[in-house]
Amino acid sequence: MEARGLTLALGGKTILESVDFTAAPGEVTAIVGPNGAGKTTLLKALSGELKGVGPVRLNGTALTDLRGWQVAEMRGVLPQASALAFPFTVIEVVRIGLSSGRGGGDDRRALQALARVDLAGFAGRYYNDLSGGEQQRVQLARVLTQIWEPMSEGQPRWLLLDEPVASLDVGHQFTVMDIAREFAASGGGVIAVMHDLNLTAMFADKVWVMHRGRVAASGAPRDTLTTDLMQTIYGCPLQVNTVPPLGIPFVLPQTRVS
Amino acid sequence: MTGLLRSGGDLPLDRRILARRMTVVLILVLGILAVASAAIGATGTSLWGALADLAAGRELATSERVILFDIRLPRTLMCMTVGAALAVAGAILQGLFRNPLADPGIVGVSAGASLGAITAIVLGGLLPATVLAWAGPSLVALSAFLGAWLLTLLLYRVSTRNGQTSVATMLLAGVAFTALAMALSGVMVFMANDSQLRDLTFWNMGSLAGATWGKLQVTGPVILLALGAAMLLARGLNALAMGEAVAAHLGIPVQRTKGAAILCTAVLTGTAVAVSGGIGFIGIIVPHLLRLATGPDHHGLLPNCALFGAALLLFADIIARVIVSPAELPIGIVTALMGTPVFLWILLRRHAAMGL
Ligand SMILES: Nc1ncnc2c1ncn2[C@@H]1O[C@H](COP(=O)(O)OP(=O)(O)O)[C@@H](O)[C@H]1O
Ligand SMILES: [Mg+2]
Repeated sequence: MEARGLTLALGGKTILESVDFTAAPGEVTAIVGPNGAGKTTLLKALSGELKGVGPVRLNGTALTDLRGWQVAEMRGVLPQASALAFPFTVIEVVRIGLSSGRGGGDDRRALQALARVDLAGFAGRYYNDLSGGEQQRVQLARVLTQIWEPMSEGQPRWLLLDEPVASLDVGHQFTVMDIAREFAASGGGVIAVMHDLNLTAMFADKVWVMHRGRVAASGAPRDTLTTDLMQTIYGCPLQVNTVPPLGIPFVLPQTRVS
Repeated sequence: MTGLLRSGGDLPLDRRILARRMTVVLILVLGILAVASAAIGATGTSLWGALADLAAGRELATSERVILFDIRLPRTLMCMTVGAALAVAGAILQGLFRNPLADPGIVGVSAGASLGAITAIVLGGLLPATVLAWAGPSLVALSAFLGAWLLTLLLYRVSTRNGQTSVATMLLAGVAFTALAMALSGVMVFMANDSQLRDLTFWNMGSLAGATWGKLQVTGPVILLALGAAMLLARGLNALAMGEAVAAHLGIPVQRTKGAAILCTAVLTGTAVAVSGGIGFIGIIVPHLLRLATGPDHHGLLPNCALFGAALLLFADIIARVIVSPAELPIGIVTALMGTPVFLWILLRRHAAMGL
């Protein structure tokens, strides 16, 4: 996945400014940065939802040369929030993912996907009755049924996630990030907008730090999540890799023993 | 998969099976109502007597033949096609606007079709003779379709921004468009001469009573074709329920789907209005009850809407014929009496759930 010189200005405000972006299959690529940095906008450009911001290539082919269903075969998108107009049940929402692209696919896959996001017992519930975090996981299951195999005809498939763990509890943050890891480990590509820097450090192979519509840094977590950079872009005096003052408890995902 | 396997005491895991059962039930009900519709009438002519005569190889009396085959049968078939058209138009419009309150009658699409039909009756004579010869008896239907199409496009433009439909804007714009279409229709009526006024009155009375084989030949194929096309929209409308962005991510050609949905709604509503005047609420009752019973998946919903709509309009027509027999109640009154409570019920439930 590759993009060159993405630029977007709306209403006199620059939202993206000549952003060059690449992500490799087999890796989890995280996009981090403060609110309004342009992360969602960048992801929309990569997914093809936002057109005319600059050339984006998916597995070497320009997005503009592909038809909608062909793109849908190769990448799934988890948006930040999804409202549903009618009283669909959870399994019906997930099944909508099955019908994407060329269509087809096995009904059992929808149930498997639900089990994978730890919602096995929720198939018959109304989607609109679920909590925000549960809805987010249903949507992930829908995206997973769309691109079930991380590789298709020798080509990697792509998982584009906008804040996939934003409204999840710690346990389910792991559930979702493990899915992303596995997807990448099997040859697919994952691009995730992240707010949790600890999870990013733990799960991402590459990190892109966005700030005011530009790429402030990119590289391995070790090289990008630095005290200097974090202080600059988030505007608060944070210390990376520093044990908090005595007495304040802290819970780090990195302490999970596998 | 075991169809009615329930998970945690919730809804059936696979409501598609419910939808399929519903299809079977609706076909049976529709069959019974169709026979009833052909059997019931103001004159004492008996379908059974006629059938027995036929079976015994006896000739039918002319009056019998005329009443059964030239009056009742076309009316029964017209009821079925118009009911199916209105119900499916409602379901598509609701899918397009992502809102269960969108009904061709309520948001003004029917009023647009009426305006088209009235314009054709009053001003049709001004068209060049070649056009008149070409369009012939379908001029009213064609013009009603154009009116419905224009109005649906306008309504969608006004009430949808960035793929988000505002319910309030949609309903209020519907009120405004209805008022405008009715005002313009009033102007047309004002301009009409005596013979046109007679045509208008006949058209306005809800001409299900005036159904003929000739009319059916024009509208039947158009409605059947549009119904067939509508069934192809199921996948797109399902995806659109999650918003335009998600539908596009799923590979749905969003603009094309929306354009096709608007066109289908316009053809179905326009044709139905052209032959029946304005019959309201079928488009809102039918999809709503079916969504409650078997879920909102458009794959099952759209065909079932066609069947249920046909059955419901047949039922309403029978009521309209029986209740003040030998006179007849306009069928629009019957559907309004059945429909308004359902509409208010949806409104109140939504109000309770999310403040509309
Ligand atoms: N359609 C739009 N019109 C105007 N401004 C927009 C639009 N979409 C996004 N923006 C602005 O662009 C900036 C980046 O937005 P976004 O990419 O959503 O940020 P984030 O990094 O938090 O995901 C924000 O300041 C936002 O207000
Ligand atoms: Mg965002």
